[in-house]
Amino acid sequence: MRRVACGDKEAFTALYDAVVDTVFGIVLKIVRDRAQSEEVAQEVMIDLWRRATRYDPGKGSVHAWATMLAHRRAVDRVRSAEAAAHRDHDHAVRDRQRPYDDVAERVESRLQSQQVRRCMKQLTDIQRQAVTLAYYQGLTYREVAQTLGTPLPTVKTRMRDGLIRLRDCMGVTA
Amino acid sequence: MRVREGFHRELRKEPHEGLHSLTGAYALDALPPDEHGAVDAHLARCAPCRDEVAGFSATADRLAAAVRTPAPRGMRESVLHGIDSVRQIPPHVPATARPVTSIFSRIRRSGSLLVAASLVAGAALAGVAAWQYRQSTESQRQARQAARQLEDLTSVMSAPDARTVRGRTTNGASTAVVASRQLGRAVFVGTGLPRPAPGRTYQLWYDDQGTMHPAGLLEHDGAVAIEGDIGNATALGLTVEPDGGSSRPTTTPLMLLALPG
Repeated sequence: MRRVACGDKEAFTALYDAVVDTVFGIVLKIVRDRAQSEEVAQEVMIDLWRRATRYDPGKGSVHAWATMLAHRRAVDRVRSAEAAAHRDHDHAVRDRQRPYDDVAERVESRLQSQQVRRCMKQLTDIQRQAVTLAYYQGLTYREVAQTLGTPLPTVKTRMRDGLIRLRDCMGVTA
Repeated sequence: MRVREGFHRELRKEPHEGLHSLTGAYALDALPPDEHGAVDAHLARCAPCRDEVAGFSATADRLAAAVRTPAPRGMRESVLHGIDSVRQIPPHVPATARPVTSIFSRIRRSGSLLVAASLVAGAALAGVAAWQYRQSTESQRQARQAARQLEDLTSVMSAPDARTVRGRTTNGASTAVVASRQLGRAVFVGTGLPRPAPGRTYQLWYDDQGTMHPAGLLEHDGAVAIEGDIGNATALGLTVEPDGGSSRPTTTPLMLLALPG
């Protein structure tokens, strides 16, 4: 990463190959439209190059940093598209707030990683729904609360508890 | 009295607890922008919260990796091509450095290219030094080098006999040279230098009665302490050379600036 920050294009190519499939995968999960996802993923990769000097190893791995930038940008894209749609009609929001069973269940069945699937099973229903709707659907915790018909404070704590369980189950060390 | 103390303790605790419960939503990007800012501010003060968020981010990274999807093939080429025209942002300037706004207001007030360039260069070097220091021990050497370079710049610029000349390159950049004959050293400042083509670099030359002596390489804008002693040089030249530089100029100079006597 230090080489990327010094403008080393070869090092950046290696970084590209290491993270691009995850970046594209998470963007596609949230944005859904393939052409738009490609656009967003491309912006993320160029942003990684541009901001390489700001990478702080104290805050986690390069991979996790790339994922975070990708997730944030995808969520921004969806939310700003929604805000635009919201002004005309409520269509986009309602579309994304389909009942849990419809959406989240399907997402989980497609998870490629065995470990993630196994650990997801150890969460309570509400924990799993809260984490999944927020991370894979890009909903805010208020939207999650609305969708699940659960009070706001409960959703906040379930997200945190869910992540704690996932973290411990996966043996993640930051 | 005891009740009141307890009450105050609760009051103090409450905002922290409230924000702390948001670390999960924060790591999942599930906060609206205003609350995101509040948690950011809280994280700056709360080390355990930062650790927790780091662990959650690593967990989220696994969730993302679980939905990994092969990226479209054409994307690789367009990204690698695209970055050629994208400039990397400079490293963070540490909190102790002059805030950016005051740098720019000083630039505006003085209207001086040189002051502007030296402040920016100084801040950038300080940033590089601080950033590299946090990396491995290997790069502490580089940090020391950067610090030394900054020292070189300041010693020339603050020399009692320092004099400045300004010029322009044929490719449109503003340049300035500060020279101290007493120290035998000079500093070059470039603003608006286009990035050299791949495999090329800018090279500085001291012109000593028509003989050009190599005086160091540079890749981009900024202030550099020119390598070597001014000696009897009467001008400073700038050319584009192959990477690594040349022993004598191989292209027409972009600039030949007469040095102060």
